[in-house]
Parts: sequence; C-alpha cells; structure tokens
Amino acid sequence: MIRVSVQPAPIDIAVELAVVEAGGAGGIASFTGLVRADDSVTELELEHYPGMTEAALTALAEEARERWALLAVNLVHRIGRMTPGERIVFVGTAAAHRAAALESCAFLIDKLKTGAPFWKRERRGDGASWVEARGTDDVAAERWNH
Amino acid sequence: MAITMLYFAWVRESIGVGEETVDPPGAVRTVADLVDWLRDRSRGHGEAFADLGRLRAALDQQFVPLDAPLGNAREVALFPPVTGG
Repeated sequence: MIRVSVQPAPIDIAVELAVVEAGGAGGIASFTGLVRADDSVTELELEHYPGMTEAALTALAEEARERWALLAVNLVHRIGRMTPGERIVFVGTAAAHRAAALESCAFLIDKLKTGAPFWKRERRGDGASWVEARGTDDVAAERWNH
Repeated sequence: MAITMLYFAWVRESIGVGEETVDPPGAVRTVADLVDWLRDRSRGHGEAFADLGRLRAALDQQFVPLDAPLGNAREVALFPPVTGG
C-alpha cells in the first residue's frame, strides 16, 4: 500500500501512523520533520509543483518498495504557510521486521529532500528569503546509490 | 512547437509570472538552449537565468539535467535546487 499526500492541512501523527499500521505489519518506522525556529524565523512557506510533486513522491515510494519488502508506505508533506514547531513532513513505513521499516524510512526522507519539487521560503520580521539547497542533503541522498 | 513554461520560487518571482507559452525556433535543442533563448525576453528573464549553475529543470514533470534534449516535451519547468522535507 502506497499513500502520498501533499496538503495545506496540519499533519495528524495518530491518523498517519494508523494508515501505516493497517497493513498487518510487525514493525513500523516513522520520521517526522518539524519547522525549525532557526535564526528567528517566524514563518515558513512551502511552494511546490502540483502534479509533479505527487508523481515524484509516488515514484520514491515505489523505489523503496522495490528495495525492501514493505507492507505500507505513507508520505505526507505540507505546503503553504506554517510556523516553527509545526510538522512539515511525515514518512511512515511498515514491514514484517524492523530492519526493512527503519532503513526504508531513512532512505525515503533522504531522497525526498533532493528528489521532490518543493521550495521553502523563510520569513523573519518584515523580510522573506528563499532557502538555499544544502550540499549535505545531496550527500545524504547519494549514499543510497551505492 | 508551443511549449508551456513553468517557473517556481525565485525564478517565478524574477520573471513575474509562473507560467507562459513560448514557441522557440528549431535551433533550440536542449534545455540550456531554451534558457539562453528566453534570457532576452525581459529584464526579469535575464536576471532569473543569469547563472545556469543555480537552475534546475524538469521536462514533462521529470527532473532532467540542463543539457537534456527538449525532444517533444510540452511542459518545461525551471526552478532553483529543491528544498523540501
């Protein structure tokens, strides 16, 4: 089971985990990303490429399912405006045993960072600036290519 | 052949629109050729496309390198490196 959601609504962890658990798995792994309050950021705005975003996330989930024996993958990413402390991304994976669930969860968040068309803009006081991509994210994604 | 251009993040802001239709000449074969050709369209295009190293692209919703041939792509998107997650 693959579920992908790109949504302006807040992410409800209980609901999203329940989606992953429904497959009758022995082990569930999840990653939740929160908006950081770095450098006095007051608001984060997420832009994306409608259509391609959902296709790219689905392709990543399918790639994970080819590499690991997964029973369920749930990818949820927020778009629009949010404030520090709010959940921005959720990755949930389910498998018969923990290794596949944990490894595929790490794979998915590493790949999502560089493989899906989202752009962050930070607001501080009166100003706003686009977040620059980080080389460390490319390195994290590439380690799965070996 | 008409191509739908899509722009995101600061590329969209520089250009002033998120979408436009263009009809490049036959000599425009790759994404990089298209960027070169679009650069003269307006001051905003010139600013957005000043540094190819800061641009990424998608053809019909698939990420591609800038030297990729346009082929029969109907939708070309130009944007900064992605920053999701």
